Amino acid sequence: MSAVEVSGLRKSYGSDDVLHGIDLVIPEGEVFALLGPNGAGKTTTIEILEGYRERDDGDVAVLGVDPAKGDASFRARIGIVLQSSAVYPRLRVDQMMRLFAGYYPNPRDINELLELVGLADRIRDRVRTLSGGQKRRLDLALALVGDPELIFLDEPTTGFDPEARRRAWTTISDLRQLGKTILLTTHYLDEAHHLADRIAILRKGKIAAEGTPAELLSETELTEIRYRRDGEIVVVQTRTPTATLNELTSEAIAQGVELEGLEVRRPSLEDFYLNLVEDD
Amino acid sequence: MPRLFFHELRSQQLLFWRNYEAAFFTFALPIIFLVLLGAVYGDSEIDGISGSTFLLAGMIGYAVASSAFAGLGITLVIRRESGVLKRVRGAPIPPAVHLSGVIASTLIVVAISVVVQVLIGHFAFDADWPSSPISFVVELLIGAAVFAALGLAITGLIKSQEGSSAVVNAIYLPMAFLSGAFFSTSSMPAFLEAIANVLPLTYLLRMLRGSFVEGDTIADHGTNIAVLLAWGVAGLIFALRRFRWEPQEA
Repeated sequence: MSAVEVSGLRKSYGSDDVLHGIDLVIPEGEVFALLGPNGAGKTTTIEILEGYRERDDGDVAVLGVDPAKGDASFRARIGIVLQSSAVYPRLRVDQMMRLFAGYYPNPRDINELLELVGLADRIRDRVRTLSGGQKRRLDLALALVGDPELIFLDEPTTGFDPEARRRAWTTISDLRQLGKTILLTTHYLDEAHHLADRIAILRKGKIAAEGTPAELLSETELTEIRYRRDGEIVVVQTRTPTATLNELTSEAIAQGVELEGLEVRRPSLEDFYLNLVEDD
Repeated sequence: MPRLFFHELRSQQLLFWRNYEAAFFTFALPIIFLVLLGAVYGDSEIDGISGSTFLLAGMIGYAVASSAFAGLGITLVIRRESGVLKRVRGAPIPPAVHLSGVIASTLIVVAISVVVQVLIGHFAFDADWPSSPISFVVELLIGAAVFAALGLAITGLIKSQEGSSAVVNAIYLPMAFLSGAFFSTSSMPAFLEAIANVLPLTYLLRMLRGSFVEGDTIADHGTNIAVLLAWGVAGLIFALRRFRWEPQEA
């Protein structure tokens, strides 16, 4: 069974159409990234799946349950990191963890979790004294405290410094090792590329592209060949790089000239993404 | 379910007593007023009862409104706007159980406040004991439930964290004065009396003041209870329609 199945999902706020027919299938154990510019509908989509928002149309099954009708037993099986941190500032870190652990039927060990997210040394400190990044890690620990099967992460690393982001990536990779299904939204292409088994790019309320990072890249079959001639940069885009390169180099050798700064490159995921969303 | 409820109740008690400012305003301040004003007019006679008994009933009513209405309302708006309610909504505790735990925790604070006040009132200022303890407790429960319903309702009118204590204080402090929590309203101008006659605290105070008179029971307060319950039902209906779990400020 798939962890998440969505078809024909639609949502509008008043006259503002946010989602026009989204289809998604996330198999169990997969890390799935929803990418897209601000306002593309990422948070609306994820919050419909979490059960926070009602949909206007379409079928949605999350762990086999319609999240709009999901009760406490459904919520016991999912873990949620919301886009902004939400904590009781005056509690200690361990008190905050115990408070939420008490809501779940089979909570995980609190010390272990704080170790996992790198907050073990702050366990006796007040939540209000944590830095922004540390609060975000506490959010993650709180999302994991019920030992969920499916974890939603809405922009989990926004505002992190590069080192903190790497650590968060390690944590998320560890969760995948445990067989958890993860749906994350992010603006960061490197994050999606690094973590996700599959990526969907959301643009203006529709899925503009979907696949593994490698598949997305192969959708653009063009390879770019660049060199300088008479001081000018020449860019050739080709679907048959071997033949084109052979042609160019043979010609150059025959003329006895050097193709200065010769470069052959595949477009990066970033090129692909920017190309896709550029007119937004 | 009982396990979840008691977990929530314990958690909310921890949260309440950790929040020193709120604990000061809703728990300590009525007790401080009792001691200060008791020293000022405890020995006089007001509206036919001793000043200290008048004041004791007044400060108990004030404490009920402070905790169940003002404290509850402000706390819930702050939690809603900071996203904590949304997070709780995503956890496997039914919303009604969460709110019951929050309200029950408020009732515990009220109960402790009442016990402390009755003891201070009696032993320091010679105030009377409530004539029928059972009626007194039931009256307090009705009052606290009504103000808790109004506390839930007021959250529906406040959109921002910053506005919460301003709006709530602007409502319940004048209410406390006009209803006669601090002093007798017998010489109040007619238009203020007309306002006071609408306020729920007026009716809770009439009932509580009565409860210190020998022979008085809850059966003597049909009108007061009817008006209070009308406020409570109105508050509950409004709360059911307007209470939100997600931040409202854009």
